[in-house]
Amino acid sequence: MLMKLKKQMYKVVAAIFLFAISFVFSNEYLSLSFLGGSYLLAGWPVVRKAFRNMRRGHLFDENFLMAVATFGAIALRQYSEAAGVMLFYQIGELFQAYAVAKSRRSISALMDIRPDYANVKRGGEVCSVSPEKVVVGDIIIVKPGEKIPLDGLIVKGYSLVDTAAITGESVPRELVVGDMVDSGCVVVSGLLEIEVRKPYGDSTVAKILNLVETSASKKAKTEQFITRFARYYTPLVVVSAILLAVIPPLCGWSEWRDWIYRALTFLVISCPCALVISIPLSFFGGIGAASRYGILVKGGDYLQALADVKTVVFDKTGTLTKGTFRVVQVKSMGMSEHELLELAACAGVFSSHPVSQSIRKAFTGDVCEQDVVEFTEIAGQGITSIVRGRKVAVGNNKLMASEGIEPEDVMLAGTLSHVAVDGVYAGWIAIADEIKADAAIAIQELKKLGVQRTVMLSGDRKTAAESVAKAVGIDIVCSELLPQHKVEQLETLMTCYSGRLAYVGDGINDAPVLARADIGVAMGGVGTDAAVEASDVVLMTDEPMKLATAVKISRRTLNVVKQNIVFALGIKFGVLGLGAWGMATMWEAVFADVGVSVIAILNALRVLYFRNKDRLIHNSSVQKHRQ
Amino acid sequence: MRKSFDLEGLDCANCAAKLEAAIRALTGVTDVSISFLTQKMVLEADDAVFEKVLKQAEALMKDLEDDVEICR
Repeated sequence: MLMKLKKQMYKVVAAIFLFAISFVFSNEYLSLSFLGGSYLLAGWPVVRKAFRNMRRGHLFDENFLMAVATFGAIALRQYSEAAGVMLFYQIGELFQAYAVAKSRRSISALMDIRPDYANVKRGGEVCSVSPEKVVVGDIIIVKPGEKIPLDGLIVKGYSLVDTAAITGESVPRELVVGDMVDSGCVVVSGLLEIEVRKPYGDSTVAKILNLVETSASKKAKTEQFITRFARYYTPLVVVSAILLAVIPPLCGWSEWRDWIYRALTFLVISCPCALVISIPLSFFGGIGAASRYGILVKGGDYLQALADVKTVVFDKTGTLTKGTFRVVQVKSMGMSEHELLELAACAGVFSSHPVSQSIRKAFTGDVCEQDVVEFTEIAGQGITSIVRGRKVAVGNNKLMASEGIEPEDVMLAGTLSHVAVDGVYAGWIAIADEIKADAAIAIQELKKLGVQRTVMLSGDRKTAAESVAKAVGIDIVCSELLPQHKVEQLETLMTCYSGRLAYVGDGINDAPVLARADIGVAMGGVGTDAAVEASDVVLMTDEPMKLATAVKISRRTLNVVKQNIVFALGIKFGVLGLGAWGMATMWEAVFADVGVSVIAILNALRVLYFRNKDRLIHNSSVQKHRQ
Repeated sequence: MRKSFDLEGLDCANCAAKLEAAIRALTGVTDVSISFLTQKMVLEADDAVFEKVLKQAEALMKDLEDDVEICR
C-alpha cells in the first residue's frame, strides 16, 4: 500500500514539474509537449480505467467522467486546464490515500494491544510461543515493558501494571499475587508469573480487537444516507451537464463552445468523493477516539445514537455503586449474632451473589461446604439451603413472604437480608454498598449534555434504592424489581419518553435489558460474553463518567459530520451554480472536487484527536513503556 | 453465515460504496458491508448458497473494479 503510494507520489511530483515548466516556454509546441507529458504522467491510470469502464458500460464512473471532462477541455483547446484538472485530481487522490492510510495506522496504533508472543514456562524451561498456542493452566512469564499476552492470575511477583491500552486509565495499577490481570496491559516494573485462565480466543485482547474490527461494518444512518445520496448525485450532475451542453445552444443562446465548457466544469464536480470518504472517516475516527478512553463502541450507528440520548437508565449495583458489599449491622433473634452469621454464611456458600459473598467475608469462622445441601438460589429474592439439617432462608421481603414468614420492618438505607431458620424468623443482616466516587458527577455531566432524565433500576428495597438515588441525583427510581421485570420497566420507559434511551448495567444479570435498550452500555470490561454480545457500547472501566465522555465524543463526531456535509454540498452546488452561469472555470471546479475532499478529510481527522478537557490522559507515559 | 474478508486494492471510497450496492443486490445476500477504512467486507448470506454468492461477488468486483480482490 505504502509502496504504491510512494510511486504514485513521484509520478505526481514529476507531473507538477512538467506542468510548471510548460509555462516557461513561449514556444507553443514546446509548452504543449510539456503539458501533454504532465497530463499523461498524472492521468494515464485515470484514462486507462476510463476506457476499461466505458467498454463495460459503466458510464458514471468517476475515472470516465474525469477523462471526458479533460478530453473535452483539450478539444476546446484549453490545454493547461486539461492538464491542471488531471494533475489536481491526482494530487487529491494521493492525499486521500495518504490521509486514510495514516488514520488507519493511528487507529491500529491505538489498538496496538495484540501480543506477539508469550513466554511459557514448561518443564523448567522458558520458551517463547505464539499466544494462540498457550493453554489454560500454563504459567507465563511477563517481563517489564512487555504486554501481558493472556488473561490470568498472578502466581508470583509484584508489579505496576499499565492498563491504559485496555481501560484508558492513565495511572498504573499495583498488582500482586492473587490478582487477575487482563491481556493487553503492560507490565511496568517487576517480573510477573501468571497462570493462564483463558485461551487466547477468549481473552480480553482478542475480544476487543474483534469488536473494533467489526465496528466499521455497522454503518451510521448518516453514512447510509450519504451512500444513497451519492448514487443519485453523479447521474444527476452528469445529466444536467448534458442538458447544459445541448439545450441552451439549440435555443440559440450564445455559442456551443461556451456551453460545452460549462458542461465540462460540471463533470469535474460530479464525484461525491468528499462526502463518501469523510463521513465514514469521521465515524471511524470517533470510534478510535472512544477506544482510547476505554470506550468500545460497536458501530457507527451506535456512536450516532449516543448523541441524542434523552433518557439514561442505570442499574444500581455495580454501576452506580461499587458492588462491594460489607456487612454493617447484624441483629439476631433467639440465637447469637455469631450463630446467625454462621448459618447465613453456610447457606450461601455456593452463591456468587455479592450479598452472599459479603456475608461469608463477615463471618470469622470456617465455612464448610459439606455441611450444606439442597442449595437453591432464587434470582431477585435470595437463597435457601439446608445447613446441618436446618432449613435456612436468607433473602429479602419477597423470599420471606414466599416462605410464609413475617420479617421485622427495619428502616435502614442499606440492603437487608432477612434470615429464617426452620421456618422461624431469626433476624437480619444489613449490608451497605459504597457509591462510586464519580457517580454523582457523571449524572451532573450527563444533565449538562442535555440528558433529560436519569432513571435507576434496582432489585433492592425502596429505602436502599432511594437513598442511593438521592445521593447521586437520579430523577426516577424503580426499586424492588426482579431481573425479568427490568425489561418490562425499560419498555415502559421507552414508550413513555421520546428520544433515545441508554441503559447502563454491569451485564451480570441484565443482558436482556442491555439488548432491549436503544443503546445498551455494558460496564466493567469485556468480562461476561453475554454482556458484550448484548451491548452496543462497552466501558472498559467501571466508571459511569465514561458514558458522558462517550456522549461528548459522539456529539463531536456528529458536529464534524454535519460541517462536512454542509461545507461539501455548499461548495459543490455553489460552484455548479456559478459554472452554469459561466462564472466558474475548471479551476474552481477542481477545487470544488479535490479541494473540498482534502479539507473534509482534514476536518474528519480532528475527531480522531479528541481530547477530553476534563481529564487529560497522558499517552506519552504509555508510549514510553511500549518502547 | 456471516464471514469477514480482507480486501486488497480497494483504493477509493466511492468504489467501495458501489461494490457494496452491487453485491447487496445479489440473490441470497442477507447483508453486506464493505468498509473502505478497514479494507474489509462482511458478507452475510444463506449457508446453502454462501460459496456461490461469494463467487458472484468476486465476479462483480472483477467487473466493476478489477483491482479489488478478496483475500482468502
